[in-house]
Amino acid sequence: MQEPHRLKETPSQTAGPYVHIGLTPNFCDIHGVYDTDLGTAMVNDKTLGERITLRGRIFDGADTVLRDSMVEIWQADSAGFHNSPSELRGTADANFTGWGRCPTSGEDGFFHFDTIKPGKVPYKDGRWMAPHITLWIVARGINIGLHTRAYFSDEAEANAVDPLLLRIEHRARVETMIAQRDGNTYSIDIHLQGPKETVFLDI
Amino acid sequence: MSFQSNQRPETGAFFARDRGWHAPALTPEYKTSILRSPQRPLLSLDGTISEITGPVFGHSMIGELDNDLIQNYARPGESAIGERIIVHGRVLDESARPVRGALLEFWQANAGGRYRHKKETYLAAIDPNFGGCGRTITDDDGHYAFRTVKPGPYPWPNGVNDWRPAHIHFSVFGHGFAQRLITQMYFEGDPMIWKCPIVQTIPDRAAIEQLIAPLDWGQTIPMDARAFKFDIVLRGRRSTLFENRLEGN
Repeated sequence: MQEPHRLKETPSQTAGPYVHIGLTPNFCDIHGVYDTDLGTAMVNDKTLGERITLRGRIFDGADTVLRDSMVEIWQADSAGFHNSPSELRGTADANFTGWGRCPTSGEDGFFHFDTIKPGKVPYKDGRWMAPHITLWIVARGINIGLHTRAYFSDEAEANAVDPLLLRIEHRARVETMIAQRDGNTYSIDIHLQGPKETVFLDI
Repeated sequence: MSFQSNQRPETGAFFARDRGWHAPALTPEYKTSILRSPQRPLLSLDGTISEITGPVFGHSMIGELDNDLIQNYARPGESAIGERIIVHGRVLDESARPVRGALLEFWQANAGGRYRHKKETYLAAIDPNFGGCGRTITDDDGHYAFRTVKPGPYPWPNGVNDWRPAHIHFSVFGHGFAQRLITQMYFEGDPMIWKCPIVQTIPDRAAIEQLIAPLDWGQTIPMDARAFKFDIVLRGRRSTLFENRLEGN
């Protein structure tokens, strides 16, 4: 019989405490190698859509804020299209990268992204997913990057029928994925562990 | 950027991750994982367009010395101190297809095991000509290469006397955000590998072996640099022969 052979995925390892050296060298005062750190500018003057800031902090199981982690986000543009060759439904806004990278502050632990509010995108069965931003978190002590999403507090109607949120059995946990709006800023706290633990995804 | 290709566009969901092959979140011998590991089950979902898509990076963003850590932080006429090596390999997916246009970023300590980072206080000296970061993008065949000095092992405050093996950190982007991966590369024959709590987070020895780069004698450049070969495998993706069509497509 033939073997249904596949290669095995390279196993993940922690990004460690010095992830900034590789991914945001200018942030940790290594200047002159790259002009700018990758992922710091998602928008420009011509980007379409509503300008927002997504900010947040990451807490460990003792409710201590992480000051050495790295967050990346990936999202659709204001019309719901991704700036990716795998996006075949339409053409994404050329003035929007859709991807950002930000280390959490060594002082107060905040990460923040100046971005735009994404449009809704379809789930595979044709239902609409509520507007959301995908987050990926790495840090010392995290062996494999954690995926989650940030939904928006002012999209209650869309959130109520979002195919992913509907799959959360413990309904009280839905709230852990909702970023709270205040002016043009949405804030979300990520809890790695404990009673307020964020819903993380295997996706 | 778009790839010239006669293949069908890549729109399939990625194969589910084998989470028994990867390290679990909670690995108490690596102490920091104790308070930073989720305790509840992950919410599992077949990939959606939010994860099937991902950013791609153009070769135009790569500077001339970005993949040369011996030179990219060095003063004119000088270079980093240490064993001059080339690290190269291919990025493939689980179906053994080359992943072209994959962005790789690397970071490492210098030859003495010292990182250039404000939170690093190890007493080994900083090398004034070594920064410790680099990046490159795979070619059409999935190949990449960079030049560096072999990093030294370094002590870390985990157990009383824990030392990391010589290692290089790798960050990889494939074509979808679900493929996003950060890992570490180790060197053939290093006895430190088998003493390391971070290495030991990985349960299967065969998986650990996948992180060990052999000396690649054939690619060694005489009188210049030895070569190590490190292939990386990212999640494969389903072909789209019989996928449900989205309404409106």
